[in-house]
Amino acid sequence: MSSKTIETSATPPPVATNTPDAPIVETLSSKSSCDTPMTEKLIDLGEIQDISILNEDGEVNAALDPNLPKVELLKIHRAMVLTRKLDRRMLNMQRQGEMGTFAPGLGQEATQIGQIYPLQKNDWFSPSYRSFGAQLWRGWPIDQLLLLWDGFFEGFAPPEGVNDLPFSIVVGSHVPLATGIAMGMRNRNDESFVLVNFGDGAFSQGIIAESMNFAVVYKSPIVFVVENNGYAISTKSECQAGIAELARRGPGFGIPSVRVDGNDILAMIVASQRAADHARSGKGPFLIEAVTYRMSLHTTADDPKVYRNDDEVEAWEAKCPIARFETYLKKKNLLDDAAIERIESECEQEVLDAREVFRKKAIAKPREVFDYMYENLPPELQEQQADYFAKLDRKGVE
Amino acid sequence: MPQKTMVEALNLALDQSMAADDRVCVMGQDIAINGGVFRVTKGLLEKYGETRVIDTPLAENGIIGTAVGMAIYGLNPVVEIQFSGFTMQAFDQIEQNMARIRNRSRGRYRASMVIRTPYGGGIRAVEHHSESREAYWAHTPGLKVVIPSGPRNARALLNAAIQDPDPVVFYEPKAVYRAFREDVPDEPETMTIGKANIVREGEDITLIAYGAMMRPVLEAAEDLVDIHHVNVEVIDLLSIKPMDTETLVESVTKTGRCVIVHEGPRTCGIAAEIIARLNEKAFEYLIAPVKRITGYDIHFPFFQVEQHYLPDPDTIIEAVKETMAYE
Repeated sequence: MSSKTIETSATPPPVATNTPDAPIVETLSSKSSCDTPMTEKLIDLGEIQDISILNEDGEVNAALDPNLPKVELLKIHRAMVLTRKLDRRMLNMQRQGEMGTFAPGLGQEATQIGQIYPLQKNDWFSPSYRSFGAQLWRGWPIDQLLLLWDGFFEGFAPPEGVNDLPFSIVVGSHVPLATGIAMGMRNRNDESFVLVNFGDGAFSQGIIAESMNFAVVYKSPIVFVVENNGYAISTKSECQAGIAELARRGPGFGIPSVRVDGNDILAMIVASQRAADHARSGKGPFLIEAVTYRMSLHTTADDPKVYRNDDEVEAWEAKCPIARFETYLKKKNLLDDAAIERIESECEQEVLDAREVFRKKAIAKPREVFDYMYENLPPELQEQQADYFAKLDRKGVE
Repeated sequence: MPQKTMVEALNLALDQSMAADDRVCVMGQDIAINGGVFRVTKGLLEKYGETRVIDTPLAENGIIGTAVGMAIYGLNPVVEIQFSGFTMQAFDQIEQNMARIRNRSRGRYRASMVIRTPYGGGIRAVEHHSESREAYWAHTPGLKVVIPSGPRNARALLNAAIQDPDPVVFYEPKAVYRAFREDVPDEPETMTIGKANIVREGEDITLIAYGAMMRPVLEAAEDLVDIHHVNVEVIDLLSIKPMDTETLVESVTKTGRCVIVHEGPRTCGIAAEIIARLNEKAFEYLIAPVKRITGYDIHFPFFQVEQHYLPDPDTIIEAVKETMAYE
């Protein structure tokens, strides 16, 4: 429940001296015609705030509480519950053979809903694959997400009127697209902004460094959210990076950054709102590091018992983003146990209803696979399509 | 009609495309103030300003990835990658996003954009500056790949590429950039991507090539007709993907003999694909095995010996004579 500061120049740079070991420094200094005084000084890399507002026990730092209106608080709570219900149901369906391999987001509900909260309809969102909380908030129907993760191609098309990209499975590869959209906005004086998220593993990809650099060079309206959930499959974040606080990377590019308790929905909203205001006001990109934990599997093909122990997971269970938010809402007299139970059962029902829609829509359309390759199918592909159709005909597939 | 080099003709296509459509923008390394290392974008910054003529950081993958984002947003970027050898850094974004975004979004978004990049040997450059790896892109679903051979078709083909709703890899034969001038009309011209051009009609044998290889092929063709009395038909492929199979098959159906020339490596090269298509559609008309004169499966040699690597008119003439002699 604090807003502490990470010093980015924790270790002073090595000091150059006029010793025989450093002859080059001596030569440069003595021949310099530059007006700069020949001194040693530290470069100020700025400060990074580490924000926490609501602690594990549901106690709030009143000075930092954004004091959102009741209706907003309840909407956010419901979105977090719905995200979790969908997650649990999908895992259940997957174990029963009714869902393909997917990436559960259990425990990251506050990170998801908090980052997406400030977006307006005209803003853009480029999600990573572990983003269905944010996708639900943006208006992706549940049945469509179910189609998507069960291998139905039509699940990938962003719903009409939703400025979202379909995610790209190769981690980090979707990030430059977001920067490019933001560059386009800047060129067109569009006052919207772009949100893009990725994980601590993806942050090791060079393309994200390039994307951040382009964003700052063109002062483009984009918010980067790194969801530091501790693991990239089995690889711990300490093996992924030489720094614990990934937010430190922002200032190196000239991008203001904050680090946030990603299981604290209030802190996430405060940080995201600040980032969105920054991007919308023409000041360029912003980076948020959301510190959270992947409670569940990397994907349904993963067995975390191989690389982490139960104690670690239990310690994070105590930090559950939904439980602590509910304590906060109860203290505000916005919720009681009966209301929570009702919301949970409504969300559960919403997921089950969507599952029925999904089951009706879950009809494979093998004849569509050539349809979106080009605007106009070239003759050589028409020929291949005819071959393929002939094969389907022989097999009696419609 | 004004006489232009290929560089000037490409500049004209960019200029007129940008004037006609404000969604068209050009981006790449050193393309604004410097006008590009080969000067193809010279003068565009002054005319269209820095929001449409964009100097970028030195990061090919970032250039392509952000250009795809701009295309998703509704702009029409024409990207310059300084040398095609450097497109390898961008393989990620070309394959993951540029080629896929239409299909992945089920047509909601499209990457209507062009990658212009100089390719090929013969300019005495250092390593990574002489490659011909068009086959990579032809092998990538979702892309189109075109290669002009002279100033006039370069201008028309670039216009077509910019107007195309799908992503186009536009390989520029840098050995031809300033090699000769051609009449290029002021009035905008375009052409259909996917159509080959029969440069010279003949009855005896079909010679197929594209890009910089059209020059040694046409030189060889002249000697073949004049000295060796072989009536060659010469086809300039222009579009690698989609490929004008129909024109190739019609020609070989007529001549029964064929030699294909390209400077890229042989294995899984463009000639291999052409031979496969002729095998499928003109097998019974073939009198002789189809021959290919190509680069070798080696890294492009350093420039003191590059002339021995590249296909030349003598080698082409020998290949045609051998194919003509086959019974």
